[in-house]
Amino acid sequence: MTLPSAHQESLPPAGPSWRSEFWAGVRAILPLLFGVSPFGMIYGALAISTGMPVGAAQAMSAIVFAGSSQFATVPLAQAGAPALVMVVTIAVLNVRHALYSASIAPYLKHLSPLWKVGLAYLLTDEAYAASIGHLENSPAVRSRHCFFLGAGLTLWGVWQASTAVGIFLGEIIPSSWPLDFTLALTFIAMVAPLLKDRAGVAAGLSAGVVAVAGYHLPYKLGLVAAALVGITVGLLVEGRRR
Amino acid sequence: MKLWLVLLAGGLLTYLTRLSFIALFGRQEMPDLVQRGLRFVPPAVLSAIIFQELLVPGGQFDFSLHNFRLLAGLAAGFIAWRFRQPLLVILVGMAVLLLLTLIP
Repeated sequence: MTLPSAHQESLPPAGPSWRSEFWAGVRAILPLLFGVSPFGMIYGALAISTGMPVGAAQAMSAIVFAGSSQFATVPLAQAGAPALVMVVTIAVLNVRHALYSASIAPYLKHLSPLWKVGLAYLLTDEAYAASIGHLENSPAVRSRHCFFLGAGLTLWGVWQASTAVGIFLGEIIPSSWPLDFTLALTFIAMVAPLLKDRAGVAAGLSAGVVAVAGYHLPYKLGLVAAALVGITVGLLVEGRRR
Repeated sequence: MKLWLVLLAGGLLTYLTRLSFIALFGRQEMPDLVQRGLRFVPPAVLSAIIFQELLVPGGQFDFSLHNFRLLAGLAAGFIAWRFRQPLLVILVGMAVLLLLTLIP
């Protein structure tokens, strides 16, 4: 330990500053949990209702830990889609995390690799949304990453727990209920706030039309084509308005 | 077995995406076009799945008043646009679908 400061960063620095940042992060994410836990439960129930094994359904919440991609995998697995298509779908749906990663990186720059590797696992839509304002403004430069740790760990725990509750409920709910419709409804709720400008709407509409037109393409390639067309149309509409 | 491989590969790619700029920061900047394009990934992919679920229920294209999922989805879309309450969207959508199914 030649560098005292490096030593300090490689371990959670003890003291009131670290603790207060951590608990402030926990408090900051609490309001978001009301929105997250129903999604976790619906995901668990939906996965079980389509015949996904309990272990895999729960493990996906721990390993992938990203709601929309977990939801999207459920019908693909049920339809027996090729593994590559499912992996690509998960990866494409989660590309947006690169944006969060770029946005949050300056505030984690001084941390040890161990901290970076650990905190990256907790980088979700909600943890990012709850933390970024604090990271930008907090004067606690040395301990503000603990705010993100508190928010991220809390969200992780609630996501795992709500998935487990959903799996339990899914085994009770009769299979005749149209539980799979919650997938479309969940996505409608997720997409509405994203359609806030003309370019976003154009991206969504064009992708939707291509997805329906290409529904019968093999390997669910219609979804991939739809995503590419939607992104291109969004960029074109945005570019023209500049 | 296949599903577990999907979970591990999909999870690893997701994790590497999360780690990307946290690990690379200072060495690489994201190209502008990629950065602007990324914004359209969620609306494009989510809309694509929504359109398929609503307009091609059970694998058959159905754009008619007999397509209850389409009607319930439109009601849910209105709620989402008007109120921005995820739970309300799901409750209204499911309620409309169940009511339409019950009506003879």
